[in-house]
Amino acid sequence: MEDNEFVQILTPEGQRAAHPEYESSLGRDEVFGLYRDMVIVRRLCNEATSLQRQGQLALWAPLQGQEAAQIGAGRALQAADFAFPSYREHGVAWCRGVTPKEMLRIFRAVSTGGWDPQTYRYSVPTVVLGDQVLHAVGYAMGVQRDGAHEAVMTFFGDGASSQGDVMEAFVWAASFNAPVVFILQNNQWAISEPASLQTRIPLYHRAQGFGFPGVRVDGNDVLAMYEVTRRALDLARDGGGPTLIEAYTYRMGAHTTSDDPTRYRVDAEVEIWKHRDPVERVKALLTHEYRMKRAALDTVTEEAEAVAHQLREDVLAMDSPDPLTMFDHVYATPHPLVERGRREMAEFVASQGR
Amino acid sequence: MATTTMTMARALNEGLRRAMEANTKVLLMGEDIGKLGGVFRITDGLQKDFGEDRVIDAPLAESAIVGTAVGLAIRGYRTVVEIQFDGFVYPAFDQIVSQVAKLHKRTDGVYTMGLVIRLPFQGGIGAIEHHSESPEAYFAHTAGLRVVSCATPNDAYWMIQQAIEHDDPIIFCEPKSRYWEKGEVDLDEPPRGLFDAVVCREGRDVTMIAYGSMVKIALRAAEAAEAEGVSIEVIDARSLAPFDLDVMIASVTKTGRLVIVQEAPPTASLGSELAAELSEQCFYSLRAPALRVSAYQVPYPPSRIEEYYRPSVDRVLDAVDRVMEWES
Repeated sequence: MEDNEFVQILTPEGQRAAHPEYESSLGRDEVFGLYRDMVIVRRLCNEATSLQRQGQLALWAPLQGQEAAQIGAGRALQAADFAFPSYREHGVAWCRGVTPKEMLRIFRAVSTGGWDPQTYRYSVPTVVLGDQVLHAVGYAMGVQRDGAHEAVMTFFGDGASSQGDVMEAFVWAASFNAPVVFILQNNQWAISEPASLQTRIPLYHRAQGFGFPGVRVDGNDVLAMYEVTRRALDLARDGGGPTLIEAYTYRMGAHTTSDDPTRYRVDAEVEIWKHRDPVERVKALLTHEYRMKRAALDTVTEEAEAVAHQLREDVLAMDSPDPLTMFDHVYATPHPLVERGRREMAEFVASQGR
Repeated sequence: MATTTMTMARALNEGLRRAMEANTKVLLMGEDIGKLGGVFRITDGLQKDFGEDRVIDAPLAESAIVGTAVGLAIRGYRTVVEIQFDGFVYPAFDQIVSQVAKLHKRTDGVYTMGLVIRLPFQGGIGAIEHHSESPEAYFAHTAGLRVVSCATPNDAYWMIQQAIEHDDPIIFCEPKSRYWEKGEVDLDEPPRGLFDAVVCREGRDVTMIAYGSMVKIALRAAEAAEAEGVSIEVIDARSLAPFDLDVMIASVTKTGRLVIVQEAPPTASLGSELAAELSEQCFYSLRAPALRVSAYQVPYPPSRIEEYYRPSVDRVLDAVDRVMEWES
């Protein structure tokens, strides 16, 4: 699994790299926009980790290291497209307009969803590995039947790549030529298990066995992620069928705030990936090629601070829901046992004088 | 009133056809349901008439059949999924329990999981293993799902249409041993709501609740008991989750005795739930403990001996004797 197998158009040093098939279509303002996105999601992610450490969140799944994979793919989506995430795609959620406050509702344990998926055209997090990949393919089959010029995207990881549902989704997508783009974020680790335990071949090679294109991208190169994803989405919208994109990246932090990565991986590995940071290379590009001044870049840092500050305020203000809301929306139509439970709980709570 | 005689298989076919005519968002998906018309021919001719985009021959993966139906539901389609046999539903169990049952709740009602999972269930057809099971309790246990079962062609015709129209996900259990039995179907008017139980034979002494294939066994037992002077009221539960308890409570309050007949093994079964619920609700009316006549707590046996496993008329009558003799 050599690094030179992947599509890279911006090196870790922030230099342009020529690639025979892909080149960046973005101008300065757009690149700056991607930089802004990455700085903000990294900052809000840090704030969430702090909030968890302070006992304000039940759990947090940090995205550090995967900003480019998520922002590049997320910004390639068009408004009408629909995406199905796993649970670490805070960067994609940001691109779809989900507010940081909404992202944290599930981690604050005040909700089991978090946001309105139809408004953002972005589904709710899926924790059972790989389930959402089938939903994306089914949704894409609906798009086909509607004759709509839309594409569908879904996210999963190297760990979930071993799930049967993901394999089945590949079969379905290929057989029905579904307009779906699979984004496999290979962050090298499924909690404590290395990607080498999930596969003996580069994961993007699997697509070939199912009969559709697979491409590995430097997942820390936001420009490459954007271009490769955009082309795959165009292909899907135009009836060209599915694509598997393996974003080759690294989970810099723990799997979640409950994890301790020092038990299973060495610091030297993390050090190597620090030099491939997705944000620093764009900053270098903006500074050297576009001659952007420090002050201009600092505005983004300040904005990120403000987002983090607001997020903290919003989270602290997020109270436990009314216990009776657990009886809402279990069914779309009235259900006698749900109503019985609602009644019994209300009576019990009242009897306790609470 | 336009009535006609047809088999349950035909009634389901006609019901599906009518639902597809009424709503272009209704799709069918399953293994071999297109050209073949399904292994039981329930979808016979539908692909020819509605096209391959609406009657979808699925690759052979049950989790994907249900999982893609979830995605189609999010997109606004109503997919009727055919699981070929009861014993093949387990690969889809995760999608059903973790996704189908929970996504409406998890999205605060934004996603409507309007899909129907058709499950030919129960035994009695001399099949090989994994083709005769009664998995309904797994699904009835799960909040977010509804489970129904038809026992007659008329119910099959109407309940499948009502299930497709309904906004909650429905596990639709079809007693495959009754597929080829004929009955009257009223093409104009549904007999009752999808979640209503029905008293299919009135009686004074014992309430007998059954569903699916066992309704016929219960009715035959009631006939035999009548000859011996015992009057049995037979209720077809029809809806297994939730139960239509009002109909059942009224009956047990009247008769004071309860026998539940089911093809499933007894432990944590729907019969157990009914026995607990009705014992609590009808405690002062009961003259004997609620009894369950079930399969045994063993895997479904080789079908050459399945009639020892499934409740028979005689085993049901033994239970009737026990509740009748309790006071003496």
